[in-house]
Amino acid sequence: MQEPVITMAHGSGGDATGRLIAELFAEAFHNEYLDRMEDASVLPGSGRIAMTTDSFVVSPHRFPGGDIGRLSVCGTVNDLLTSGAEPRYLTAGFILEEGLALSELRAVVQSMAETAREAGVLIVTGDTKVVEPRRQRGGILQSGLMINTAGVGFIPEGRTELGAAHIEDGDVILVSGTLGEHHAAIMAGRMGLENASLFSDNAPLGDMAGRLLRSGVRVHAMRDVTRGGLATVLGESARAAGLQITVEENRLPVQREVADFCGIMGLDPLYMGNEGKLVIAVAPEDAERALALVRGSRYGERAERIGFCRAVPEGEEPLLLLQTAIGGRRVLGPLYGEGLPRIC
Amino acid sequence: MMRTLDEITEFLRTYDGPEMRIMEVCGSHTAAIARNGIPSLLSPGIRLISGPGCPVCVTVSSYIDRLTELAMEPDTVVVSFGDLLRVKGSGRSLAETKADGGKVIVVYSPAQMLDLAAADPGRCYVFAAVGFETTAPVYALLLEEAERRGIRNIRLLTSLKTMPAVMERVCLDAGVSIGGFLAPGHVCAVTGYELFRGTAERFGVPFVVSGFTGEQLLASICRLVQLRGRGTVENLYRTVVKPEGNREAQQLIRRWFRPCDAVWRGMGNIPGSGLCLRESARDRDAGSAGLVEDRAGNGCQCASVLTGRIPPTGCPLFGAACTPQDPRGACMVSQEGACFNYFISGRKGK
Repeated sequence: MQEPVITMAHGSGGDATGRLIAELFAEAFHNEYLDRMEDASVLPGSGRIAMTTDSFVVSPHRFPGGDIGRLSVCGTVNDLLTSGAEPRYLTAGFILEEGLALSELRAVVQSMAETAREAGVLIVTGDTKVVEPRRQRGGILQSGLMINTAGVGFIPEGRTELGAAHIEDGDVILVSGTLGEHHAAIMAGRMGLENASLFSDNAPLGDMAGRLLRSGVRVHAMRDVTRGGLATVLGESARAAGLQITVEENRLPVQREVADFCGIMGLDPLYMGNEGKLVIAVAPEDAERALALVRGSRYGERAERIGFCRAVPEGEEPLLLLQTAIGGRRVLGPLYGEGLPRIC
Repeated sequence: MMRTLDEITEFLRTYDGPEMRIMEVCGSHTAAIARNGIPSLLSPGIRLISGPGCPVCVTVSSYIDRLTELAMEPDTVVVSFGDLLRVKGSGRSLAETKADGGKVIVVYSPAQMLDLAAADPGRCYVFAAVGFETTAPVYALLLEEAERRGIRNIRLLTSLKTMPAVMERVCLDAGVSIGGFLAPGHVCAVTGYELFRGTAERFGVPFVVSGFTGEQLLASICRLVQLRGRGTVENLYRTVVKPEGNREAQQLIRRWFRPCDAVWRGMGNIPGSGLCLRESARDRDAGSAGLVEDRAGNGCQCASVLTGRIPPTGCPLFGAACTPQDPRGACMVSQEGACFNYFISGRKGK
């Protein structure tokens, strides 16, 4: 028997679409709002809303440590968390290519459902479209499955606003764990390297953000370290804050396996994407407490204090600096060139 | 002789002797110097100058033009390392050609090309064989393997260069006055380092073969300052570099390539400074001879940068009309390029 695959009929809006939704999506994601199967879900909630959206096109769909489904929940949830919001609802839009194996889709959807449960969010509405398969180009396998998720979260009463503009002279920079795993895992996967020791770090960071923000430590900004890596994210923060941020190379946490991979490939972990790490600017008096909170949270065991912020000296510009392992000082500019395309 | 990193760092920070201009010849050294923030650790009396050791940077425009033509030819596929993609010829870059439907594949290793070509015997796969003595054995191995597997549809378009003659040219340039050379560690691993002794003695300039970590670079710079005025060659990269080099790699090079004259971007023809395929490997050559035209247009000062006459920051285009997003010259494109590394690390040209 041939393996069942997605056909154009699954996107017709007719019977096949109905069965796909009922047997796969509704079953995996079910909750009281989605189960009503209305054109729009009506949801409870009040106060300030945070909202975001992200599309996921990573190739391959499944990679060591995760898959596009888990990623599509983590990416949007983590973006909401950085605003200080508590994530509640997600939408899920699927663009499927004709010929995609149903078993592949099922595995991805189940992973999404599990990750949503872990993150404490409900997938409340969705959509499916089927498109003709695209040609393979440049020897790279094209994704047969793309997911868009939008997310809504609520900012609890009394929580102060977070953002790069709130970073202050003297703030301490923390990173919640080791750098570059997601990038390295995807790249190794694409190169066909059978290296069992490179795993994506894709993870929802609600426990970590929640502990920090509920504790009263003065967090001024949080960012999700994704494409472009820590250097890109902190460089943007420095410019937005109008400050200089210095990162100390000796304090940067990098897994040994990732460091070895970078050495061979000529990569710099500072510019490699993660999918489960926060970088946090916190008031200096609260830095040690914040570090302990992050280390005590899920996915935060290897958090480190990695740098500090200071006012821009006369005649200089707001930027990101690296104090190198041998004591040198240099600018960490933005990432130039393609980096690694389609890692999320 | 100083032993600890602290002693070396202190010596370099407080040096107050006559100005010492040190050229790092190798592009990987340029990148490592930037990455480690080494200029910030040196006294103003020690100046590091980037040399002509970035392979992409010294490649002439007609070579890129030929690659872009090949990519548009029916049944021809150009295979290249990523660094070369955004370098413009007299008109377009390979990246632009690719966007227009040109057949260009980027690989991490030439060996990846073997399977591609074997699976697609109807088309000719041309590798953009750019590089120095370090990369030449890799291309030779590619051809050996292609022969062994009977893969006929692999060819090279070569722009291969060798180090000794161009360093002699830099020494002859009266406007530069280099006080010492960080000799290229990777090149020396293949060639050994005796080939620099003649130049060192003739010009009374020290060469120190250096590794690529921050500590190794500081130790080598320190040693060069101590050797100031002495025409000698020392090896501080002993774990990797042997006096005689790598004989096997040298044999591989000799089996497939012979020395030839080569045109360097911005510097013109330098006799005996290149490698081209031997007559016996003519059928592996995609037309590398005669690619000598060098149109470095748009006011780009690459030639002066590559020979150390000006620092990248001395070029009027630097950081204004020429940035990594929108590079005018190859030195701003390549990750080993002097301009690129000055730009991304905030290195000043003092």
